[in-house]
Amino acid sequence: MHPAFSVIFLTTFIGVGQGLFLALFTLQSYSALELLPVQDSREFFAAGSFLALLFLVAGLGASVFHLGKPSFVITRAWRAASQWRTSWLSREIVFIPAVIALVFLYGLLHYLGWEANLFDVDIAGQLTLVIGTVTTLFVFALFVSTAMIYAAIKFLQEWASPLTVLNYTLLGIASGFTLATAFAAWEAPILVNFFGGWAILFTLAALGTRTASLIRNARIKHKSTLQTAIGVRHSHIEQKAMGMMGGSFNTREYFHGKTAAFLKSVKWIFLVLVFAIPLVLLAIGIGTDSLGLLAGAFVSQYLGLLFERWYFFAQANHPQNLYYQTI
Amino acid sequence: MSDKAKSATEGRTEVKNTTCYMCACRCGIRVTTRGGEVRYIQGNPDHPLNKGVICAKGSSGIMKQYSPARLTRPLKRKPGTDRGDAQFEPISWDEAYGILEERLAHIRETDPKKFALFTGRDQMQALTGLFAKNFGTPNYAAHGGFCSVNMAAGMIYTIGGSFWEFGGPDLDRAKLFVMIGTAEDHHSNPMKMALSKFKRNGGRFISVNPVRTGYSAIADEWVPIKPGTDGALMLALTHEIIKTGLYDREFLIQYSNAAELVNLNEESPEHGMFVRFEVPPEEGCFDPQNKLWWDRELNKPISTHTPGADPYLLGDFRLSDGTPVKPSFQLLKERVEEYTPEWAADITGIPAETIRRLAHEMGITARDEKIELPIAWTDTWGNEHKSVTGNPVAFHAMRGLAAHSNGFHTIRAMSILMSILGTIDRPGGFRHKAPFPRPIPPCPKTPRGPEDVRAGEPLNGMPLGWPADPDDLFVDDKGQPVRIDKAFSWEHPLSVHGLMHNVITNAWRGDPYSIDTLLIFMSNMSWNSSMNTDKVRKMLNDKDENGEYKIPFLIVADAFQSEMVAYADLVLPDTSYLERHDVMSMLDRPISEFEGPVDSVRIPVVPPKGECKPFQEVLIELGSRLKLPPFTHEDGSRKFRDYPDFITNFETAPGSGIGFLAGWRGKGGEKSIRGEPNPNQWEMYAKNNCVFQHELPKSYQYMRNWNQGYLQWAQEHGMTRYAEPINVHIYSEVLQKFRLAAQGKTQGKQPPDNLRRRIDLFFDPLPFYFEPLESQLSDKQAYPLNAITQRPMAMYHSWDSQNAWLRQIHTYNFLHLHPKTAEAAGIQDGGWMWVESMHGQVRCMARYSEAVEPGTVWTWNAIGKAAGAWNLDAKANEAQQGFLLNHVIAEELPAHDAGKHLSNSDPVTGQAGWYDVRVRVYPAGPDEEQVSWPQFKPMPQVPGTGERRPWLNYFAGMFEKKSG
Amino acid sequence: MTQLALVIDLNVCVGCHACVTSCKQWNTSGPAGPMFDDNPFSKDPTGTFFNRVQTYEVGEFPTTETVHFPKSCLHCEDAPCVPVCPTGASHKRAEDGIVLVDYDKCIGCKYCSWACPYGARELDEYQKVMKKCTLCVDRIYDEVLPESERKPACVLACPTSARLFGDVHNPDSEVSVAIREQGGYQLMPEWGTKPANHYLPRRKTRKTIHEDELVRSDNPLKKEDIRHETSKEVTLDDWLM
Repeated sequence: MHPAFSVIFLTTFIGVGQGLFLALFTLQSYSALELLPVQDSREFFAAGSFLALLFLVAGLGASVFHLGKPSFVITRAWRAASQWRTSWLSREIVFIPAVIALVFLYGLLHYLGWEANLFDVDIAGQLTLVIGTVTTLFVFALFVSTAMIYAAIKFLQEWASPLTVLNYTLLGIASGFTLATAFAAWEAPILVNFFGGWAILFTLAALGTRTASLIRNARIKHKSTLQTAIGVRHSHIEQKAMGMMGGSFNTREYFHGKTAAFLKSVKWIFLVLVFAIPLVLLAIGIGTDSLGLLAGAFVSQYLGLLFERWYFFAQANHPQNLYYQTI
Repeated sequence: MSDKAKSATEGRTEVKNTTCYMCACRCGIRVTTRGGEVRYIQGNPDHPLNKGVICAKGSSGIMKQYSPARLTRPLKRKPGTDRGDAQFEPISWDEAYGILEERLAHIRETDPKKFALFTGRDQMQALTGLFAKNFGTPNYAAHGGFCSVNMAAGMIYTIGGSFWEFGGPDLDRAKLFVMIGTAEDHHSNPMKMALSKFKRNGGRFISVNPVRTGYSAIADEWVPIKPGTDGALMLALTHEIIKTGLYDREFLIQYSNAAELVNLNEESPEHGMFVRFEVPPEEGCFDPQNKLWWDRELNKPISTHTPGADPYLLGDFRLSDGTPVKPSFQLLKERVEEYTPEWAADITGIPAETIRRLAHEMGITARDEKIELPIAWTDTWGNEHKSVTGNPVAFHAMRGLAAHSNGFHTIRAMSILMSILGTIDRPGGFRHKAPFPRPIPPCPKTPRGPEDVRAGEPLNGMPLGWPADPDDLFVDDKGQPVRIDKAFSWEHPLSVHGLMHNVITNAWRGDPYSIDTLLIFMSNMSWNSSMNTDKVRKMLNDKDENGEYKIPFLIVADAFQSEMVAYADLVLPDTSYLERHDVMSMLDRPISEFEGPVDSVRIPVVPPKGECKPFQEVLIELGSRLKLPPFTHEDGSRKFRDYPDFITNFETAPGSGIGFLAGWRGKGGEKSIRGEPNPNQWEMYAKNNCVFQHELPKSYQYMRNWNQGYLQWAQEHGMTRYAEPINVHIYSEVLQKFRLAAQGKTQGKQPPDNLRRRIDLFFDPLPFYFEPLESQLSDKQAYPLNAITQRPMAMYHSWDSQNAWLRQIHTYNFLHLHPKTAEAAGIQDGGWMWVESMHGQVRCMARYSEAVEPGTVWTWNAIGKAAGAWNLDAKANEAQQGFLLNHVIAEELPAHDAGKHLSNSDPVTGQAGWYDVRVRVYPAGPDEEQVSWPQFKPMPQVPGTGERRPWLNYFAGMFEKKSG
Repeated sequence: MTQLALVIDLNVCVGCHACVTSCKQWNTSGPAGPMFDDNPFSKDPTGTFFNRVQTYEVGEFPTTETVHFPKSCLHCEDAPCVPVCPTGASHKRAEDGIVLVDYDKCIGCKYCSWACPYGARELDEYQKVMKKCTLCVDRIYDEVLPESERKPACVLACPTSARLFGDVHNPDSEVSVAIREQGGYQLMPEWGTKPANHYLPRRKTRKTIHEDELVRSDNPLKKEDIRHETSKEVTLDDWLM
């Protein structure tokens, strides 16, 4: 597939936003269970939510560029929510604003410091805990929706795997927790170890699932062949003409247009940027509470995710390419 | 759809019928316009030729109509600029006519042969020829000489008819169809329709071709053959068919000269001629029935077609005066004796077993699957037949056979093969289309000498004709050519379509003489229509020691900014086919069907763009201004208002009742074929799908060479002069007459000494195989491969690169070659490479193919363009990646004993030997520029052409108002 | 339930591209139009087409087959492009099974094209909406047209009538009979998309020659009884009494 930058930014931005929210909410849950000291609503949770919102809204903004024309946002994008019964894309489009709204609400409640003893128990922040729980469900629904957009296309065999859902989810969470670690170093250094530990854990988990998918994809045997594509049973078939010579949508949309060597180097770049560097920086950063190192871990991981997402698209071999061998 | 588009759909819609011209096939089309713009062009379901279908080109007529390459104003080369620079200034038609009138009138009054008119695939040869003849110049021809004249001449000199316009395979009833050397443009939709029907009816389709594309793709069997060796295959098939007795004896005896006795007395001036028992009372262009058979019962000679006679086809006899004689079939048998399948296998690359099997398939299918139709008919000898029978083996061939210097004999061999299988004008075989069959050879003749070209007078004869013997040649008393292209001279005696491909070179060299004005209509002579293109471009621009152009004045009439336009001194903008009146006339190349004559017309669907004028109008105007007889009253006043008026009222002779159109003649349109002019003829065509079809009675539809009823009908309706039988020339006396002259055995015209051997060799009354001339004169070690071109179905020659839709399909071209051939040379699939002949070289891109014979490389013809031509951007793929093979093909043979500047053509007919070129291939260097070579200075956009839009959103009714 | 479809007969398709441009000219001035062309007169011209004809070579010389292969939207019965569309622009009509795009609803997200294994959809790069074969839905029900012309433009144009059009759910339709009797098949059956369009394979007609067909009593050579010279040698005939 031809990697579309709108989608690369969309998925990575919202991944960070979702992950960051989950980190915040995890912290709040821990605090509620008195496992960790309570943080200031306004300074920490509201600011953190705002940061998550920035990423989510940036992702939404990036998605606009995936529309045929930006003007479609006004004229017809609202329709995109209508097919949630069948379309994972439609579901994503439902969940993104929902998550944005919920994270906004979560942050707002923290900012305003509103409280209500909903369950008649002695736990602070019940209102935000309830909203946070709902938001968490939506965040996971969004992860699944986003990933299923790709995983649901069964003939894109590189994508059609539960690993795709795991990767999107874990990479999003990992990047969110890495950002949370850096955020903690800025706002509440005491939490660096907490977030940093989880960030390392999620990064390692993502490394596991992403590596698993790399191994799976390297061994993939494509079901469609030139034989099934044109229905001729012969071991030696070659395309000699595509029906057009100046290119078409089919030659532009489904192929990255780069060499195999380029693809391979992108793979190593993302493995280093997403996993190796952040793990090292996180490990050192936790020990030293260094904002610089931890911020560096996040920047590396985020940049790496851009490469990872590019690679994710480029590696997917669309069966339509059997008909368009750029002859 | 946008709101603007929605409002456009409310535009006024009109539907008109006319005739397509996106290629030379001439399908009926129905054109819908909306708001004055073409909405849709569909095949006319009520048209006999295409019955509603349409091809890729026809469906893209819109993009031709609105192409920015359209010329719209007359142009004059800017003073001080060179030809080829394409620096023009627009002028008015008045000025253009003024220039033409002054120049041409002077030439006509002094030396009319100084004016030469050569035309492309124009479908109006009856008019252009009429103009040339009455101007008085012998220097006229259309593109046939570099197209497929071998096919016309080889077949017409053998069976009195030919493929495409003049006849074709009866695939409705054939069981076996053999297609040889056919590119996809000949014949287009009717062939596609027939092929599909044929296959669905269970017919077996064999394609013989070095390349498997288009039609060959759906063949049941592909027989790859080395280019230029088809003659060897035909002769070996004939060998096997005769050897196994699979020929149609009855047919050969009755309907060919196979049983006629040939005089073999070497001392006699009649050596090699048929023995005649009496001198015919009347001479004409027909075969008098005065020959002899050797009767089996009486064991003595007998007049042919004597009722009850049964002659020998084989044997060796002596007449009572001691003259040794043999039936011509015996001579054919002796001729093909050495042409065994094993012999042909080495030459053609086809295994001997395959050749044998093909021969058996043909012979057995012809013999055992005979068709009998309950149609009673009478032959010219008065024999009544209860039925029409046929042998269902059909053939079709075209340029793959024709465009070789041995093509004439190859095609004679094929025609003979078709004849010995008994398939001429019979169901399931080959069938004629009116006005064919015609006598062998047909009657028209050119003048015979320079005295027939007279100042201020029409030419004394036709500019093109059909020589029947050496005295019909158009030569001076030294045997030298009178025509600029040397047609009808000893160099190419039967060059019945002229040699357009040598006109520029000859005129540039002044051999046989210099001319003053060359008018080229619709032919791209500085690009794909010329061999040796690069040098021809230089010749067009070459000046003598006085600084005068060697070809002093060059006029180009064309609809598009072609490569040729760049070289013009005067450009005349022609209309598109949707803007003009035209006729597909019985006097020219009509669109007849097997069942009877058909002609058709074009009528304008949209008004002419800018100042475009149909070229016919230009000719009528010039003819009137120059006071040429057909266009002028006795008092010198203008006879015809315009072209439609000319078509309506012109008659071949006063009161002949024969004009350009055969339908709705007579004052009220009540007559057909023959009748007085009808003032409302155009309207009647318009009302009737623009086509006139006359269906002959069933009994006239077959065996027309010998069908009394048909021949009498044809004579009465002015199709033929005589109603005499047209027997198949298995053995060609016409050729023998030239050979006798070369041997010095005749009293008439004699070839110049340097050509005697050539004439003696190539004017063999029986077909023989020889390696193509260029090949004979090439170092085959150094140039081991054959290079040929194929025509894609979605692009007609050079016409369509300006077409925004079609050029997306064929944007540039590759050289296709077998992987083994490529790998041996170190050439990669898709890589840059050189193809080089002894004449020149071209850099291009390679494409591996398993569908090409490994000794052959090929490319699509005329996709490559000169930068800037056809109003394409200079960076367009056509110019940067596309290439033209013509650069490696020469228009003249290397100097050899027969002459220094002989045309690279068939020695009999002057057919351009496009496919004879030998090449080698090698990879381009890693540091070489990745663009095709040669490159030319980009042609600028000429005044009057359209804006080259960066993008298009065609929507009929709003396009011209809004786009790019 | 009706399912309209094309059946493409590879046995007779000569690869002429008539279906390609007849489609373009019909549709560019219709509801699907205009159909954009970029760089029409310069480098790398490219445009929106609903139908392409491709060429494949099968096998190796000299037994190579050249296969011309027209391809347009296959109007899958289980069309993967439809459920993925977020706006409902991409839809399959219940009444005739035609898969269509509502250009006014399409947001140009291209997801439907990703979900099509056949590469049958093309984004119009000017209008930025997804376009595809409509089976000329604006022709086939148009009662202004004569009934014989209520067919897709490509079907009317096709010179070899390699394109059949009809209801593949009606077992007696021309298309169903052709599929049944001539080995009609679907593309990429492995995805369960159930394309409504079918392809008919190449079929070969061969001829068997029997030996007795070459040796027959009516061989015309027998009529050419070549007279032999009288033998000058002494023969048994001279001796036996």
